[in-house]
Amino acid sequence: MSFIRENRPKGREIQMMATCLCDAFFDDVAIATVQVLEYLGCEITFPEGQTCCGQPAFNAGDWNSSRRVVRHCVKTFAGEQPVVVPSGSCSAMMFHGALLEFEEEPDLPAVNQLAGRTWEVADYIVHGLGIDSWPGKFPAKVAFHRSCHSRGTNSGEASVQLLESIDGLDLIPFGEPEQCCGFGGTFAVMFPNVSAAMGELKLTHALKENPEYLVSGDMGCMLHIGGMAVRERKPVKTRHVVQILRDALRNGGLIS
Amino acid sequence: MKAQPIDTFALNLQDDIYRAVYDGTVSGYEKRTESLFTDYPDPDLLRRTAGEIKQHTLENLDTYLVQAEESLRENGARVHWATDAEAACEAVLGIMRENGATKLVKSKSMATEEINLVSFLEKHGIESLETDLGEFIVQIDGDHPSHIVKPIIHKDRRGIARSFEREGLGEYDDAPEVITNRARKFLRHKYLEASVGLTGANFVVAESGRLVLVTNEGNSRFCLAATDIHIAVVGIEKILPRDRDLALLLALLGRSATGQQLTVYTEFIRGPKASEQPEGPKQMHVIFLDNRRTEVLATKCRDILRCIRCGACLNVCPVYRQASGHAYRSVYPGPVGAVLSPLLAGKEFPKLADLPKASTLCGACHEVCPVDIPIPDLLLRLRDKAKQEGVKSPGTPPMGAWSYLASQPTLWRAALAGGKIMNHLPLRMIPAPPLQAWQKSRQLPSWRGGSFRKWMKNRKTKHD
Repeated sequence: MSFIRENRPKGREIQMMATCLCDAFFDDVAIATVQVLEYLGCEITFPEGQTCCGQPAFNAGDWNSSRRVVRHCVKTFAGEQPVVVPSGSCSAMMFHGALLEFEEEPDLPAVNQLAGRTWEVADYIVHGLGIDSWPGKFPAKVAFHRSCHSRGTNSGEASVQLLESIDGLDLIPFGEPEQCCGFGGTFAVMFPNVSAAMGELKLTHALKENPEYLVSGDMGCMLHIGGMAVRERKPVKTRHVVQILRDALRNGGLIS
Repeated sequence: MKAQPIDTFALNLQDDIYRAVYDGTVSGYEKRTESLFTDYPDPDLLRRTAGEIKQHTLENLDTYLVQAEESLRENGARVHWATDAEAACEAVLGIMRENGATKLVKSKSMATEEINLVSFLEKHGIESLETDLGEFIVQIDGDHPSHIVKPIIHKDRRGIARSFEREGLGEYDDAPEVITNRARKFLRHKYLEASVGLTGANFVVAESGRLVLVTNEGNSRFCLAATDIHIAVVGIEKILPRDRDLALLLALLGRSATGQQLTVYTEFIRGPKASEQPEGPKQMHVIFLDNRRTEVLATKCRDILRCIRCGACLNVCPVYRQASGHAYRSVYPGPVGAVLSPLLAGKEFPKLADLPKASTLCGACHEVCPVDIPIPDLLLRLRDKAKQEGVKSPGTPPMGAWSYLASQPTLWRAALAGGKIMNHLPLRMIPAPPLQAWQKSRQLPSWRGGSFRKWMKNRKTKHD
């Protein structure tokens, strides 16, 4: 299975989609995205009119409502530049989900144009900019949860490649890595028991070797399993991949 | 917010059943992965190729079905067409009455589960006996299979030993060998008494009329060894165009289902006993079952008809692992069932419209599917269908107001700022069901709405 789009633009002038979760809860992830990309020489435009990618309504089966939000995205992110997103699931919404719900809509070409230039941030760094190792240092044990929406894309592998290359970073594998953490957007509240049981399993596996950090490319997963870890007073910090990249640069004195 | 039936089922699932299902699915997944990735450099390519073969077949099913019928007739088999479950059951009964037959032995078949054949025949005075060990246990317990390949994944040997004792098959003994031997001894006589052997089919090849059966117990072979009449109930989607397509599909089926390169028995049946053959059923009947498959073929969910019933999507599914098969309230459980069952339900679709919602859309099912069915996409299409048809099933959060907010940037920014009030409220006291469902097991981080935008703006000013 592959959702990888060919011929996506690779320039350093980019538009940034911050995602609604970063807009509401995880501002430091968005800040880290800016800092990391600027370190790499990117010129970032942040379209002020941006809201959400439309995924909540899409997954809930309310495609009419979702299309309204996607149309707003298409308008907000007009242009030819790469659109870089610090989230596997929001980028997948753009390059896969939106195409499904627009199959029979007259403005499918416009949606497809946006789909064809959307990048998840780790994928963009490795395959868009050709960066294959990361400078700085981050001396810590890290468990990486490959978020499900990076299936069929290069994002999981790109994240691992970057993390593994960081000086001092000890990436520890864990059991049942292919299993979902149980977030699933509205699933987490519609199926609270199954969702929590899945989260519990994920935490049990991921924290078995006592990592100091639990890292993912999707803050949705972190909202859920991070929230469970806090509730259960587990001694682990949850981070987005770009936060680790940014902190590695800081630790190495490469940015302030 | 009404509770989701599958979530409630999972909550109330007995610990021992949960453990049995969890361990069984994990080992199924691990065996699959090991066998596929040991034997092939690029299993994904095989999955996609097999998917293309099946999709091509579906898109030309009108041609291939006619070709299959011709080939089967040339081979001496009789072909029957059943538009629905009732017609298929009647066809079996008709063949039996025509031949004065009263006893039937059958091997495992999901199609016969779907049409509820055994209870239909029993109502009409026909003794119908399941000979697959798992299905036999399901039958004596009056239970239902909870997994496509491992029908009794939800049972343990102690319960089975008690059932055997109850049925007079011997004193309590839960040693698996003892249980198996007792079933074998009991069934041996039944094979000899029956005059009809009933099977499903894993594949029917259009060009040759060859019917393919895979089993591990050899019971389908026994069903056809001493009986005079072979009846096969076959979903119309089981067609493959060419004999050579079997090489790929069989290689994927065994590995995906049980991690086997091939199942212990693979039977290729080409018609009834020929004159030069000493033994074998004198009649062979193939009943092609539609039962709404052509309706499914007309929808955008037609890809689900590629399914070869390997159960790999059940094994990898985190929701199935938590909830078990009976949570799905239908013959086909798990991810494939969450798509297929509501579609095959026809007018009863609303009753099963909650099934497609029981998924995080994690995509693990798609990743393991030997015929590359994009199950998450199909689940989403069914959610859209339910919404469009105004189905009142639990758990469709209203999204209209949200989508309005998310398409009005000014309102959106105001909401981001306004949300900060959440940080000053005792969230555990707010009677909003979604919030409470969230809070039950997770801490919500503090609201930082608009903080990033402020940071971005400030630094822009500094830069300028």
